[in-house]
Amino acid sequence: MTADVVSEAAQTYDCRQAFADELIALATEDERIVAVCNDSVGSSNLVRFKELFPDRLINVGIAEQDLVGVGAGLAIGGFVPFVSAAGPFLTGRATEQIKTDAAYNALPVVLCGQSPGLAYGELGPTHHSIEDLSWMRAIADLAVAVPADPAQTRAAVRWAAAHDGPTYLRIPRFKVPSVTPQDAPFEPGRSIQLTDGDDITVMAVGTMVSRALAAAGTLRDEGIGVRVLNMTFVEPLDLDAVLRAARETRGIVTAEEATTTGGLGAAVASVVAQNRPVPMRILGVRREFAPTGSAAFLLEHFGLTADGIASAVRELL
Amino acid sequence: MLTTDPAGIARFRERRRRVAGEDTARLHELRQLSADVRRSVVRMIDGAQLGHIGGDLSVTDILATLFGGVLAVDPEKPRDPDRDRFILSKGHCAAALYATLAHSGFFPLSELSTFMAPLSPLNGHPNRRKVPGVETNTGPLGHGFPVAVGCALAAKVSGRSYRTYVVLGDGELQEGSNWEAAMTAAHHDLSSLTAIVDRNRLQQGARTEETKRLEPLADKWAGFGWEVRDVDGHDHGRLLSALRPSTTGRPVVVVARTVKGKGVSFIEDRVEWHHKVPDSEQVQAALEELSR
Repeated sequence: MTADVVSEAAQTYDCRQAFADELIALATEDERIVAVCNDSVGSSNLVRFKELFPDRLINVGIAEQDLVGVGAGLAIGGFVPFVSAAGPFLTGRATEQIKTDAAYNALPVVLCGQSPGLAYGELGPTHHSIEDLSWMRAIADLAVAVPADPAQTRAAVRWAAAHDGPTYLRIPRFKVPSVTPQDAPFEPGRSIQLTDGDDITVMAVGTMVSRALAAAGTLRDEGIGVRVLNMTFVEPLDLDAVLRAARETRGIVTAEEATTTGGLGAAVASVVAQNRPVPMRILGVRREFAPTGSAAFLLEHFGLTADGIASAVRELL
Repeated sequence: MLTTDPAGIARFRERRRRVAGEDTARLHELRQLSADVRRSVVRMIDGAQLGHIGGDLSVTDILATLFGGVLAVDPEKPRDPDRDRFILSKGHCAAALYATLAHSGFFPLSELSTFMAPLSPLNGHPNRRKVPGVETNTGPLGHGFPVAVGCALAAKVSGRSYRTYVVLGDGELQEGSNWEAAMTAAHHDLSSLTAIVDRNRLQQGARTEETKRLEPLADKWAGFGWEVRDVDGHDHGRLLSALRPSTTGRPVVVVARTVKGKGVSFIEDRVEWHHKVPDSEQVQAALEELSR
């Protein structure tokens, strides 16, 4: 996979369809799979699931604390629940249920944050899910996975269902191109290296991965070698890849569609600061409430673009 | 994870055999278990110099009735898929739950002396990962009930016949998550679910009705679509009867009228004993009163 491939790939995808398709495929094979939602059958793209498995789609209504508690109870009853809701409400309204009922209980609950990041653009900061990576990363024993394209979304659904513990799965809504090589693994604590480069490493998750690749393409034309890593998991982080980047390249840029207070950038910074300090730039949403604008506009506004990533790389050289 | 106790399991099975028998033996066994649990609770709190004695003593008869005569559980197989699920949503009364579980063979009685000691599995609030018989971690109020609803839904979806019981504090009902759960259970007609409210009328700082009114409590539950049963929460016979399965197809709530601190006269119905720790003289007095 190179930046050229991405620039040629005109087609972009909303990962919700991959999520829904894979969940249906999984539920067809495994009777333990149930979906739990908060009046979000449509926005979680579970309409077809409901038609196929009417008894296994549980809608608790507009009640997120109940949503997560019921999900944990279903796990205690032997099911593998995919608890699905818009990211801001799932992670904000039910943080304590995620901590206590899912994570502290060590139950196989899959918390599916739909339309995360700035996806709900114009709807405003109430509907932006940019704090979720900070909040979820702070909870012990909770895996935090951020797929970057439809292929990774499908792999993430499979992995989370088989994982013997809780997962926060952030399902991208903002359309993205395919960025994942066919043979790429999907494993906790394992990033996917997408380009070779010894000058600067760019670590990205989710919607930022394709933009990191585009930035790497531009910089390569300037003679700057960028190593792009799709980190995939914010927790557990790929520590080896982070330490290798700190040793082998001159600096690290991180990029995420989330606040810079405690997500991927903070996780990487903590590792390098304590083991092998290198210059870093942490790209994300500054600690502020976003102005009105579409998701595309807001990503531009916060510099979460190929140009923004390329500028950050140049600053480190 | 603690391991089960063979001697305790034998006692549990013998007790269950007697409770299934004639009335006099049944009530004697359950009262005996309550007395054992209450004495253990006082010793545990004395040992830890921490705990929630008022609520522990208030909920004891409910726990003893459930584990002594109602729950289809086997301490030898605490994770049997067909077990009844029991959840103590008022998790701060962990001492009463631990004592009930230990007196039922889920783990050795000797463990109770480690209550809240460094590295003990017996945390101040129940931990599913370490204590057999604990279905879900509770402590923050308003958590256990939605989880119990999920357990009951799981039985319904999977076609399993187990039942789910959840004990709620009355003050806990000020948490909104409970009413979300109450609506979900009624909407799904979860007749295999029984909630028991430990209605001792006190919460940490004052009486419930002075803090945030709960009454008319039975009407609230009825309005949410539940079958309501009102009972003396210290009468084992009436509790047994109130805990019988639903006949209406609706979930059942048992509003158990209780006395906080029940069994120790100087603790009973006094708000200051929510989590006050008795001194050594008070411990002796309490144990004497509980041995009569």
